[in-house]
Amino acid sequence: MNLWLTIEIGFKEIWAHKFRSLLTMLGIILGVSSLVAMSALVKGMENGMREALIAIGGLERVMVEAQPVPMEQKHLADQAVGVTMNDVYALNSSAPSVRLITPGMGLSRVTVARHGKTFNPFICLGTWRSALEMSQHVIAHGRMFNEIDEEQARNVCVIGTATRDALFGDPEETGREVIPLGEHITINGQVFTIIGMFQHYESEQSRKEREFMKTQPKQVKTGPARSRGWGGRGRGGGFVFWLKNATIYMPLNTMWIKFRSASGTNNVPDVRLSTLSFKIKDIEQMEPTLQQARNVLMNTHKGIEDFFFRTQEEWAQNITTSIRNARLSGGIIAAISLIVGGIGIMNIMFASITERIREIGLRKAIGATTFAIFVQILVESVVIAILGGLAGLLTSYGLVRILVLVSPTENSPQITLSAMGVAFIFSVAVGMLAGLLPAVKAAKLDPIEALRYE
Amino acid sequence: MALIELRGVSKIYRVGEEEIRALDNVDLDIQEGEFISIIGPSGSGKSTLMHILGCLDSPTHGTIQLDGTMIQNATAVQLAGIRNRKIGFVFQFFNLLPKLNVLQNVELPMVYAGVATRERRDHAMKALKLVELENRSRHRPLQLSGGQQQRVAIARALVNNPKIIFADEPTGNLDSHTGEAILELFHRLSQEGRTIALVTHDPEIAAVTPRRIEIRDGKIARQVDAKLAGLDRIRPAAPAVPPAQ
Repeated sequence: MNLWLTIEIGFKEIWAHKFRSLLTMLGIILGVSSLVAMSALVKGMENGMREALIAIGGLERVMVEAQPVPMEQKHLADQAVGVTMNDVYALNSSAPSVRLITPGMGLSRVTVARHGKTFNPFICLGTWRSALEMSQHVIAHGRMFNEIDEEQARNVCVIGTATRDALFGDPEETGREVIPLGEHITINGQVFTIIGMFQHYESEQSRKEREFMKTQPKQVKTGPARSRGWGGRGRGGGFVFWLKNATIYMPLNTMWIKFRSASGTNNVPDVRLSTLSFKIKDIEQMEPTLQQARNVLMNTHKGIEDFFFRTQEEWAQNITTSIRNARLSGGIIAAISLIVGGIGIMNIMFASITERIREIGLRKAIGATTFAIFVQILVESVVIAILGGLAGLLTSYGLVRILVLVSPTENSPQITLSAMGVAFIFSVAVGMLAGLLPAVKAAKLDPIEALRYE
Repeated sequence: MALIELRGVSKIYRVGEEEIRALDNVDLDIQEGEFISIIGPSGSGKSTLMHILGCLDSPTHGTIQLDGTMIQNATAVQLAGIRNRKIGFVFQFFNLLPKLNVLQNVELPMVYAGVATRERRDHAMKALKLVELENRSRHRPLQLSGGQQQRVAIARALVNNPKIIFADEPTGNLDSHTGEAILELFHRLSQEGRTIALVTHDPEIAAVTPRRIEIRDGKIARQVDAKLAGLDRIRPAAPAVPPAQ
């Protein structure tokens, strides 16, 4: 039995009933395109989440955070020292598997001001140079503070673009970019010199959006200008990017001397660090490294476990689970619609063989075996499924476009080749399953009865 | 040895408690090159006989020998192969596939025989030449007249060079003039040495064949053989149907 001829007959059969075949295919088309579009949406979400994960320092970043003294050590609570610079020095000398140990002292409720304009940065941190690498910051203009700034506790700071936008003007609005190097601002009343500025952080998506907007004519704003509060330009690019832009760094010593030494309770300065991060040298050795760091810190903490390690692994896991859930639920819905499409094919194939009982009888009379008839009907239904699948792949492209228009998400959907492959293979499999019963029925027909059929 | 030998062939259908003997203990020989007609009124069992001779059906009892093989116990796949290579069918309603053109219709038995594309085309064109329709090879069956359609069906029956051709009321759906032409075609093919069996209820049509087998109630009621009677070819291509009065 010639397969090509069978396929050709299948095509002719479909062409002879164009409208009916199109309606039949519609089920498969919708199923395939919704499967592909759904996975494109999820892929877009995943891309956004991964981008954010990398933006906050990647998987190998570990944060040492304070926690309440555990129950069994409650009687030692007043001896708990908290996370301090001692830990930094101890880790530095005794934990060879960690690198880039970066302490940080934060300031809450910060107001920066200049010429009557104010801004509340999200993060105001006294830290070391290594914070740059730790938090994946890039200095676009000027310089990061150095050891001399650190030692002399100079009033210098490095700012993110959000601070610049608020105090010196947003280039999107003023049309020119201000680089405020050497300018003076006040941080909670203390005068600081800006010596550097980070680059503007944004997601792929919002960068594309911004570049697109540049080509569009500028809208003329009417009415009073309103504060956009915290949202501003950061919103489109996700919270993580906004957070990075609203950051001010100063030397750790500056923070300690200018803000911390006088602000502790009972006139005792608070020596505790707000953040302590380090990176793991070898990500494969995550567990042993954490154990090593724990051993070191247990020493400096006199055996009181008032700290814990926060890794990004949890976040990475959350990303994986939420992506899997989204994919699963969307996939099930799309699979159901594909199966409904398959039932449509089965229905049509049953109608088609009833219509062609005489043809089947004749084919058997001139020598077609049961198997040949079976293959012919099966091929016809698979051809419908393949055509529907291909059309569905084309449709999915348009569907994704429409989805973007209707619901602008933060991350643009991305059609993946593997999703297309899976959807296509699934549609062919559905076609094959749908053709099975009609093909068996056709193959079983008695040639004498079939030839007599009116 | 005859081309086909039926020995004690019976076909029994059961309808509830009742037994219906469509064929009852039939013995029949068909020699190679013979031109015979099987005749009988409807319900006589002639269709059942043709189905069994044509390997579309198998008998309840008895043995059938076709071209040297015993086929009463053949499997469905073997029967399909025998139908494909050794038997050609011509039907009352032509049974051409409307979606294929004339050439593709004629090629169809060779498709199932697994003949290569080019060879298929050559053989099909040759068969179409035999029925003088080679210039209609690209037409669709429904674009042809009834007589032409039946000639396409005959070409299809011929194309695998079968041992025997069964024609089931081949003129039943044609006007008398066209029917005559078809019978003439069968006569010509018979003179070329092909074995042909006509199945009909019409004695006038049966009259064109030298040998006639009359079936009644599942039994062979009468056999007339013009050859044995020394009357060979007494009515070559005679008008099968008397002119209408």
